[in-house]
Amino acid sequence: MFGYLTGFDTDVFDQFDRMRRQMDRMFGEVSRPAGIRSLAAGTFPAVNVGVSEEQVDVYLFAAGIDPKTLNISLQQNLLTVEGERKIQYPEKVQFYRQERFSGQFRRVLTLPEDVDPDQVSAHYRDGVLQISVKRREAVRPRQIEVK
Amino acid sequence: MSESKEMKTREGSEMKAQSEQDVFLRPAVDIYEDGHEITLRADMPGVSRDRLQVQVDGNNLAIEGQAAIDMPEGMEALHADVRTTRFRRSFTLSNELDSGNINAEMKDGVLTLHLPKRAELQPRKIEVSVG
Repeated sequence: MFGYLTGFDTDVFDQFDRMRRQMDRMFGEVSRPAGIRSLAAGTFPAVNVGVSEEQVDVYLFAAGIDPKTLNISLQQNLLTVEGERKIQYPEKVQFYRQERFSGQFRRVLTLPEDVDPDQVSAHYRDGVLQISVKRREAVRPRQIEVK
Repeated sequence: MSESKEMKTREGSEMKAQSEQDVFLRPAVDIYEDGHEITLRADMPGVSRDRLQVQVDGNNLAIEGQAAIDMPEGMEALHADVRTTRFRRSFTLSNELDSGNINAEMKDGVLTLHLPKRAELQPRKIEVSVG
C-alpha cells in the first residue's frame, strides 16, 4: 500500500540513526539564556552552534541557496553570515501556501572568544552550511609534565 | 560475553527512549497550482535523497526526511534553533490528482513534488455559444 520513492539501506540508516541520536542528545538539552544578537525562533536560516575543545562548528539550515551568494566574515569572535535566497515562482499560478522564506538574510553570532579567525572553513551540503573555526591552542587543556 | 550483553541492553533502552519522543520538524512549504499540476516545495535542510521518504497511502501524502550532519565527537551545544533532525508533514490529496505519477526531486535540501492532474480531468475551455 505504501509507495516508497526511495528505499532505505538498513546499514546506512542505522548509521545515520546513531548520528541523529547523538545530535538530538546534543542539541536537545539547551537551556541557556538567549544571546543579545539572537533572532526570534523561526527566522531563516535556523542556526545551531556546537563547541568542542578544538573547534566551534556553526550550522546554518539554509536549504536551496546558491553558496556563491554567501558572504561570511569573522571579526575577532563575531561571525556574520549574509546571503540571499531568491525563490523564482512561475507566473500565472494559484498559491495555496507560501511559507518558504525568500529574500536577503543576515545572521550575526558571537562565538567563544578564543576562536582563531585565520582557521575557518565552510562547506555547503544538502542545504546545510557548516562553518568550522578552530580554537587557539593556548586555551586547550594541556598536560603539565612534572620534572 | 557479559560485556556484549550489557551493550545490547543499553542500546535497547536507548532505542525505546527514542521511539517515545516522536518529535518532528515541520518543513516550510510552498504549494501552487497551474492547469496541469500542483507543485509542492519543502525546505528540508540536511536531508539527502537517500534519507527522504515520500509516501502516498490512498489520499494521504506524507513527506518525511532525516537530516544527517557531520559532527565531531565531544561537541557541546552552545546555541540550537533546531533541536531534532527529523522532518515530517502530511497532506490530503484530492481525487483529480494522479497519485501514481507523482514526481519527486531533491536538491540542496529542497524537496520538489510535482503532482499531475489526471489527463481526463485537466481543465478544458468551455466554449460559450452566442445565439
